[in-house]
Formats: sequence, C-alpha cells, structure tokens
Amino acid sequence: MTPLARLEHIVKDFGAVRALDNVSLDVHHGEVLGLMGDNGAGKSTLVKTIAGNFQPTSGTYHLEGKPVTFHGPADARREGIEVVYQDLAICDNLTAAANVFLGREMMRQVGPLRVLDHRRMNIRAAELFRELKSETRPADLVLRMSGGQRQAVAIARTRLAKSRIVLMDEPTAAISVRQVAEVLALIRRMKEQGLSVILISHRMPDVFEVCDRVVVMRRGRKVADKPIEHSSPEEVTGLITGAIQVA
Amino acid sequence: MSAPNDSPGMEIDLLKGSTRSFRSRVLLAQETWIALAILVLGIVVSLISSKFATPGNLLNVFQNACFIGLMALGMTPVIISGGIDISVGSILGMCAVSLGVVLNADMPLVVGILVTLLVGIGCGAFNGAIIAYINLPPFIVTLATLSIGRSLALVITNNQVFYEFGQATESIIALGGGYSLGLPNVVYALIVGVIILHFLLTNTRWGRYLFAIGGNEGAARLAGIPVDLIKVSAYAFSGFMVAITAIFLVGWLGAVTNAIGTGYELQVIASTVIGGASLTGGFGTALGAAIGALLVEVIRNALLIAGVNPFWQGTFVGSFILAAVLLERIRSLRR
Repeated sequence: MTPLARLEHIVKDFGAVRALDNVSLDVHHGEVLGLMGDNGAGKSTLVKTIAGNFQPTSGTYHLEGKPVTFHGPADARREGIEVVYQDLAICDNLTAAANVFLGREMMRQVGPLRVLDHRRMNIRAAELFRELKSETRPADLVLRMSGGQRQAVAIARTRLAKSRIVLMDEPTAAISVRQVAEVLALIRRMKEQGLSVILISHRMPDVFEVCDRVVVMRRGRKVADKPIEHSSPEEVTGLITGAIQVA
Repeated sequence: MSAPNDSPGMEIDLLKGSTRSFRSRVLLAQETWIALAILVLGIVVSLISSKFATPGNLLNVFQNACFIGLMALGMTPVIISGGIDISVGSILGMCAVSLGVVLNADMPLVVGILVTLLVGIGCGAFNGAIIAYINLPPFIVTLATLSIGRSLALVITNNQVFYEFGQATESIIALGGGYSLGLPNVVYALIVGVIILHFLLTNTRWGRYLFAIGGNEGAARLAGIPVDLIKVSAYAFSGFMVAITAIFLVGWLGAVTNAIGTGYELQVIASTVIGGASLTGGFGTALGAAIGALLVEVIRNALLIAGVNPFWQGTFVGSFILAAVLLERIRSLRR
C-alpha cells in the first residue's frame, strides 16, 4: 500500500547549517507516529517541512504517490495537512464552537443580511466533539476549559477541514496528568477516524502509550524508525542523547 | 457520523449556552450593576434635591449622555479588538469644523452631513491604517492624531466661531436640538446605534473577528482572518460614530468652536470601560457602552444638583472607573 506521505532524502540547509541531513520518512494511513529528539535535532524543521512552512533544499515529498511542492502552510492545509499548535490557535474569549469555525463561519440569509448561523455551528461542533468523545460544550467559553478540552477544540478545527495528517507539537507539555490522559485519548480517537497523527513530544511515557511507531532524530539525521513494540524508553533515551548511535 | 453516547443526557445540554441560568447571567453582567448604580445614585440625589428628578433635568442628562454614548459605541469595537482611540475628541473637532465650514458656505445640509461622515471615517481609517499596516502602538498613533486633529481644526477655522449655517440653519438645529415624540432626536440615534452595534457584534463575521483579534491576534491570523483590514475598519467605525455625534452636537449647540470635543476622549473611554469593555481586548458590549455613558453623565449632573463643587467631578468619575475595573476582575474570577 502506498504510504500517505513519503519524504525521501530530504536535505534542508539554513546557510551553512544542515538542519536535515538526508532524512527519509513514510507516514502511513491511520498511524500515530512519535517524533522524538533533543532540542535542535531537526524535529521542528522536519515538521515544518511536512506542514509546508519550509521548502526542502533537496529531496522529494509525495502524498499518496503524487509529488507535491508546498509554498506555504496554506498549500499543505489544502492537501489535508493540519498543525495543532499548543496555545497559538485558540481565542480564550470565544466559545468552543466559535473557535472551531473561526475563519470559516457558517452563515445564513436573513432578508438581505448574511448573519452567523450560531445554531448550525453549535450542532456541527457538538458532533465533532462527540466523535472525539470529548465533553466539550460548544457554547461554553474556552477560558473556562481544561487543557484537554482546549486540545479538543483545536483538534475539532482540523476535523472540520477533512484533514488527513495532523501534526501535534508538544500537545502534552505544561498540562496536568489528568489532562494528558484526555489528550492521549483524543489522539486515539483521531486514529480511529482514520487520521494519521505525528506527535512531537519530549514525554517518553506519552509516546510509548499512544504511538505505533517511533522516529528519533539526532543532529539532523534520522537515527531510528521502528515499531514502538520493538523499542524501549531506555533505547530511545540512548538514541536521543547519542549513547546509542543507530538502531 | 455519530459515535454512541457514553454519558446519558450529554446530548440534551450540549447546545445550551451555559450551565448558568438566565437569572445568574443577568446578575453577572456588568450592565446590570451599572444600571443599578444609576438607579441608586438617582434615588439618593432626588432625596437630597428636588431638582434632580424633574422631567427637564432628566431629559437634559439623557441628551448629554447620548453624545458621549454615541462616541462610546464607536470606541467599543476598537477596544474589543485590543486597541484604543484617544483621538476621538480631536476627530470630533475636525468633523464639527468641517460641518461648520460647509454649511457656512451655504451648502445644503445633506452635503454637510456627507462631508462630515467622510472626514470622520477618513480620520479613523488613517489611524487604523497606521496602526495595522505600520504596526505602531494604538495609544501612540492616536495620541499623535489627537494633537494633529486639534491643530488642523484651528488651522481650518483660523480661530473663528461658526454660527451662520446658511440655508441649512433651521434643519441642522431641528435635527440636533429637536425633539420627536417627546424625546430629543439624539436619544433615538443612540438607541438605533445600540441595536445596530449589538447586531454587528453578535451576528456578523465582522463582530466575531473583532473579538477573535482582541482575544488572540496570532490565532486570528492563523485562521486566515484579514486582521489588518478588520482593525482599520474598527477605527473607521469609531470615526463614523464621531461624525454622527458631531452632526447632532453642532445642531444642538447651534455653533461650532474649534475647541469642541476637547477632553471628550477620557469620558468616552471611561464610559466604555465602566460598561464592561476590557482594555486588554476581547470583551465589550454595545449596551454596556451606552449605559456607561449614562452613568458618567448622571454622576456629573448629580454632583452639580447636589451643590458639590464641580472640581470634584473628576474624582468621582475616576473612582467609578476603578470600581468598574475591579468589578470586572471579580467577575472574571467567578467565571
């Protein structure tokens, strides 16, 4: 089966600095991929390349066998690649539904006027939250919500856009233990819905709990890419620090 | 596609606005508290002096409050978007002076109104464009235009007072100073303004995007909202409301001096903040701005009637601003 996304021999240079050195990566349908590595290992560069923020210096990028070139994140979004930012993309002073539909509001015609269709947006948002099995109420303000519910709002946004790959950048950093469990449950829901998720995380337990495969980056190179059950936290730690060279 | 519900009853309350009842939401609203303050203040003052609760004085209070209220309505979208416009007093001066010049040249009232609106919208859009596209802080930009606007008003009038309005003399005075069905015309303007702004804020994309920008500008940009354009439109709307105010105010006063509107910006911002708008952006209502303006005016009037030295007015208005901000802080803790 053709992988959903295939990156081959990706090189990304920033001046004299080689941020990605000959990285090849497949993302399969409906899998959760854990992407790990120390700061500066090239995780963010790789993710930004997938999401269209960066164009690779060399190498190829295919989506379902079709070569793609993204000139910006909007191009990638059109192909169903969405990024869930930890805090960036939520307005605390708006309701959950308003956040889900921000920038793509449903409207209805009242006489000569086009007005927000609050009811339809609330119903659709409620459906999305139910799919994610989240108890987020569409008409509640986000500022009253837990970290997990906020993640649900951000994820529901990507579901609205018929996404195929969701990139999650440190979604479990700086939230409570109970909320981490909520976020991990959301990631499983997305997988059940047939989505591919790339989880960038520093938290070993999260990656081992929810991911199917783990990829480890070090100094711009991919040093490991294996099914999660064939690895261990000890091995991954060794790979990240360089104590183990390649696995 | 719907997954089985794991918690019974979830579906029923999913669409409810909030778990809070209508009653507790009304109790939490800043507008309720301000209205209550107005009522208490009114009762106290009418016990002190029989001059307060006369129809003549109450109408006077209403009318005065409307001029500030109309400008506070304009200020509301700006503050919701996280900005501030301290140039409104000077824009009012520019608008009034333009109206004076045009009518003094014996032009019809319609032309005068159109020119005034264009000047107001133009000044606002100028503020907004510098703030949004050159990315300078709103406070500094509008501080500059406060100075520029007042100076230009002096330049245009050459320190003259206009009280001859040619063919439009009667109609402008009837519009700004006249009554319809027993109430000053400007009261209707404020009521219509509140209804329209409330609709715009709660039911249009424009309103939704203002709140989004005030809440998290970065998120608004990521969502593809034309942030800069919306900001410009907020300041232009403020200028538009100032122009409307200028038309009624000139008609009511029957004359234009170049000092018109000096110092109004503080009362306007005070009204908006007392009415529940947050200076950090993201919150504010049309009704709040109008009620806030009414409270400021009731305080001023009450002090006069009660025979308190008018030098104390600023102290009282300032205390209410502090109280309003504290109230907002307490409410946000309870949210």
